[in-house]
Amino acid sequence: MPLFELREVSFDYEGIAALRGLSLSIEQGERLALVGANGSGKSTLLRLLDALCFPSSGAIVFDGQPLTAQRLQDDKFALPFRRRVGLVFQNPDVQLFNPTVFDEVAFAPLQLKWPKEELLARVEATLDLMGISQLRERPPYRLSGGEKKRVALASVIVLEPDVLLLDEPTATLDPRSQSQIIDLIQQWKGSSKTIVTATHQLEIVEDIADRVVVLEEGKVLASGTPTEVLSNHELLLRANLVHAHRHSHGSVTHSHPHIHSHSKHEH
Amino acid sequence: MSRGFVEATTIGFARALTRAMLSEETARKRGLLQSLDVRVRLVGLLSLVLAVTLSRKISVVGALFAVAILLAVLSRVNLFMLAKRVWLIVLGFTGVIAIPALFTTPGRIIVSNGTIAITEQGLRTASLLVLRVETAVTFTTLLILCTPWTHVLKALRALRLPKEAITMLAMTYRYVFLLVDTAGQMLESRRSRTVGVLTGPEQRQMTARTAGVLLSKSVALSNDVYLAMESRGFRGDVQILSNFRMTMWDYLGLLLFLLAAALAVWMGR
Repeated sequence: MPLFELREVSFDYEGIAALRGLSLSIEQGERLALVGANGSGKSTLLRLLDALCFPSSGAIVFDGQPLTAQRLQDDKFALPFRRRVGLVFQNPDVQLFNPTVFDEVAFAPLQLKWPKEELLARVEATLDLMGISQLRERPPYRLSGGEKKRVALASVIVLEPDVLLLDEPTATLDPRSQSQIIDLIQQWKGSSKTIVTATHQLEIVEDIADRVVVLEEGKVLASGTPTEVLSNHELLLRANLVHAHRHSHGSVTHSHPHIHSHSKHEH
Repeated sequence: MSRGFVEATTIGFARALTRAMLSEETARKRGLLQSLDVRVRLVGLLSLVLAVTLSRKISVVGALFAVAILLAVLSRVNLFMLAKRVWLIVLGFTGVIAIPALFTTPGRIIVSNGTIAITEQGLRTASLLVLRVETAVTFTTLLILCTPWTHVLKALRALRLPKEAITMLAMTYRYVFLLVDTAGQMLESRRSRTVGVLTGPEQRQMTARTAGVLLSKSVALSNDVYLAMESRGFRGDVQILSNFRMTMWDYLGLLLFLLAAALAVWMGR
C-alpha cells in the first residue's frame, strides 16, 4: 500500500488552476524529487500532501486514510499526522516566526505537548545535529540565508517525522550551504524516511532522489529514475527545465539543450 | 533624485529598528540589571515607575532619578546615549506641555516683566512634571535596554498576561523588520527605475500603489505563516516555553526594588 496516493487531484487558487487531474503514488521510504518550471504546481502539491489545503476535486489518501479537511479537524487524526509529516517551506521567513532559534525549534514539540524534559533534550540534540547550537538565542532577523534554511529544517526534523516535504531546500543558497543541506538529505538514504523534494535545480536531483516526477502545468508529464529523466533532453526542454543553448562555429550557428549535473557537464 | 517624504520616513523607521536591534547588545553586557531574573527586572522597574507617578515631592522624584542613573551606571548603559536619545527628547516634548504651567499656576510671583509672571508654584509644577516623565521613561528605557525583547515577552507570560496577546506582540516584532526591509527595497527599486522628476500627484499615486502592494504582500505572508504554524501542530492554542528560575540574588533584588518603591510612595505622599 502506498504511503500517499493522489487520484485525479485538481486544485485552483481563486479560479487559477494549479493542479489539473494529477495522479501519483508515493511509497514509504521513497526519495522522490518533484521537478518542474516555476508555476508547474510543485509547491501546491507539497501543501496538499501536508494537508494545508485540500483538492477541489479528486482525492488524497495517506496511509490508507482519506486526507480531508474534516479529518484534519479531529485532533486524534491531526496531531499524529502533524507528528509524522513535516513541511519545510521555500521561504524560510514564513517558517521562522518565533523570537529566537531555540523557540523556533521548540515550537512543534510544544504544540504537540511533549513532556518538558524530553522536549528540551530533543531540541538540544536537533540544534547539535544541524550545527546551529551557537545560534540558539539569535532572533531570525540576525541569521544569514543559509542559517535560516538550516533553522527551518531543524524546526521540522525535531519531530523526527516519517515524511519530510522539502520545498526548494537549496534555492538561493551559496554552494557551501547547498552542500550541507544535500549532505543531510543523503544521510537519510536507506532509512524508512520518505523524502519528497520540490526543486527546479536539476544538478542536485541525482543526489537527493531515487525517482523523479516531472510536472508541467499541474500534471505529471513523466516519471522515472534520475538517469532516465536527466538524459531525456526533449522532455526537459518541454518541461522548461533546460534552455536551448546557441553558439556558432565560424559561419554555422546551431542550438541544443543545456544542462549541468554533478557527474557530468555536457552541452 | 532626492528622497521623498515616504522614502525618508521608511529609511528612518528602518534605522530606528536597527537601533532597537543594537540595543540588544547592552542586554548582553554583564551588569546589575542583566544579572537579575527578567521577571524581577520587569516587576521591579515597573514598581519604580508606579512610585514615580504617585510621588508628589520633587525631592523624592529627584532621588528616584538618581537611583535610575545609578542603575544605568551599574548596568553598563551608556549615559551619553541615554541623555541624547531619552533625556533630551523627553525634555523637549514634556517641556512644551509644562511651560504654560509656569505662568498659569497661581502663587507667589518670583519673576515678572509686568504683563506675564512666573510663580513659585508654577515652577514647582512644571519641574515635577518634567522630572517625573524623565524618571519614568528612564526606568522603562533601562528595562528595554537591559532585556532582550524576547525575554520581556516571556516574563509577561510568566506574569499571566494572555498568551494570545504575547504571541501577537512577538510576531509583530518579528515581522515588522521583514516588512520594513521589503518596503525599503521596493522604494529603492522604484527609485532606480525612475528617470526625471515626478510631479506631486504622480508621487502620491506611486506611493499609494507601493502601499497597496506591500499590504498584499503582508496578507500573503500572514497566510503562509499561519499555514507554517498549522503544519507544525498549531491548533489555535499557543504553547509557550518558560524556563525561568529564581535565585536568592533575584529574591533580594526584588525585595530591594519593592522596598525602594514603597519608601518613595510613602515619603512622596
